[in-house]
Amino acid sequence: MTIDLGRGLVLRNPVMTASGTFGYGEEYTDFVDLSELGGIIVKGTTLNPREGNPYPRMAETPSGMLNCVGLQNKGVRYFIDTIYPRIKNFDTNVLLNLSGSTLEDYVRGAEMIDTLDKIPAIELNVSCPNVKQGGMAFGVTTTGISQVVSEVRKVYQKHLMVKLSPNVTNIAEIALAAEAAGADSVSLINTLMGMAIDAEHRKPKLSVITGGLSGACVKPVALRMVWQVAKAVKIPVVGLGGISNAIDAVEFMLAGASAIEIGTANFIDPAISVKVAEGMKEYCERHGFQRVSELTGILDA
Amino acid sequence: MKQATDFIVCEAVDYGRAALLRLRSQDPLPVIKPGQFANVRVDGSPSTYLRRPISIHEVDYASNDITLLVQKVGEGTKRLAGMKCGEKVNLVFPLGTGFTMPSEGERVLLVGGGIGIAPLYYLAIHMNVEGLKPTLLLGGKTKDDLLRLEDYQKLGDVLVTTEDGSLGEKGFVTAHSVWNHREFDKIYVCGPKPMMKAVARLADEKEVWCEVSLENLMACGLGACLCCVEDTVDGHVCVCKEGPVFNIRRLKW
Repeated sequence: MTIDLGRGLVLRNPVMTASGTFGYGEEYTDFVDLSELGGIIVKGTTLNPREGNPYPRMAETPSGMLNCVGLQNKGVRYFIDTIYPRIKNFDTNVLLNLSGSTLEDYVRGAEMIDTLDKIPAIELNVSCPNVKQGGMAFGVTTTGISQVVSEVRKVYQKHLMVKLSPNVTNIAEIALAAEAAGADSVSLINTLMGMAIDAEHRKPKLSVITGGLSGACVKPVALRMVWQVAKAVKIPVVGLGGISNAIDAVEFMLAGASAIEIGTANFIDPAISVKVAEGMKEYCERHGFQRVSELTGILDA
Repeated sequence: MKQATDFIVCEAVDYGRAALLRLRSQDPLPVIKPGQFANVRVDGSPSTYLRRPISIHEVDYASNDITLLVQKVGEGTKRLAGMKCGEKVNLVFPLGTGFTMPSEGERVLLVGGGIGIAPLYYLAIHMNVEGLKPTLLLGGKTKDDLLRLEDYQKLGDVLVTTEDGSLGEKGFVTAHSVWNHREFDKIYVCGPKPMMKAVARLADEKEVWCEVSLENLMACGLGACLCCVEDTVDGHVCVCKEGPVFNIRRLKW
């Protein structure tokens, strides 16, 4: 079940948990044996602490949900001093999702994280739709992404995964720019910008009006984008967006993903991540694949 | 330790706007504290995607039963409240921190509004076990909102307000005459936010210790998604993990 994503990031199996849906892993240890996962990607972290957006931050939608948490976190320094010592010995890959609002923030944050032995990779978040400068400004243009990825690349020696925004006209172009700037892999998709309205009170359901859509409803969009990006780039693609079971995960692999992330489904079944890993293995056995990596991009189309 | 467990509905009582569900597990229950809640999966409701957080109303360790009082608010809770005996339902529990128990000899007031009376029942049972007999001030729009009143009366001194005057004193819980002639050492509140804020103001004026149980919109229930935050003196904190019970001094009300 092993997956090698390059530059030292080797996963026990293709299943990771998506940033912002799994806390720091600690929240789920009553439900999941973390050693049965390929990795966990911890909550989006910025150089300086952020209080995030006001409540309400969540609205349920058909087969999904909107959130506008707005990158609430205690900053990279707090992560290093307080959280990292608690989670560094988890028997899985612990990736940190790094966000920022300026180029300097990204670079400084990456330098600090580079010093942490047990963090084998950064997932660079250039696609948070919920804060004015949540990085999405970088993630929606080829010049923006080239700039932030190449600057971070200069200071960060380990595996650099870049998380792409779906809120663009041509995601393959953005992925190619990330690859050219030195990304080791790309993960996609982050949430789709959306909105929900309470008609009875004629008010938005979210405090900042718009938010990021996730859950089963986004899966067809995510699959399509993984397909387009995997055809365009040579670096590994990590697929996410609405994966709720092992068959969903297999579909992302067939579309070209080398690994996958489980996000919102963790809220519905806190043990879903390990169930997906088991189910993918069962799929491989049932279809005679020796290695799960054989599934990548073999869609018969 | 938190767990995700399948239960079978073994008793279902429909009260019209709410229902009582007695749920049975095959396995022994973990310790559940008053004020903790369960995040309940809703199967068979196509428009419902996320779990619904529901407070624990009663626990029977001998038969591995958890009882919930579910108010029919939207499609999800309507589906839950409409469950029949024999149906399966999955609970992630016990979640949150729960109420702080009072000390021996303290005079305790529990204030519940609408379905907010649900967790106070389990709290009152625990107080009885500790030898305390609480005063329960329960408010509803009409007398039909005050479920299981005769059972609450077994646990303490029950006072009632209804907005239409159909039972007890007419008006909101904050207008009840008990506030003028009785003093309390600790006040516990659960109900609609405006009602809890009004009681919190009263408690603050009287300088009485007071805890409230919040029910912000939630997704994960585990402190991971940061959707259900309340603004406190310590910043945004998760109601699902650090609450749902908060001392009013911690809130920016």
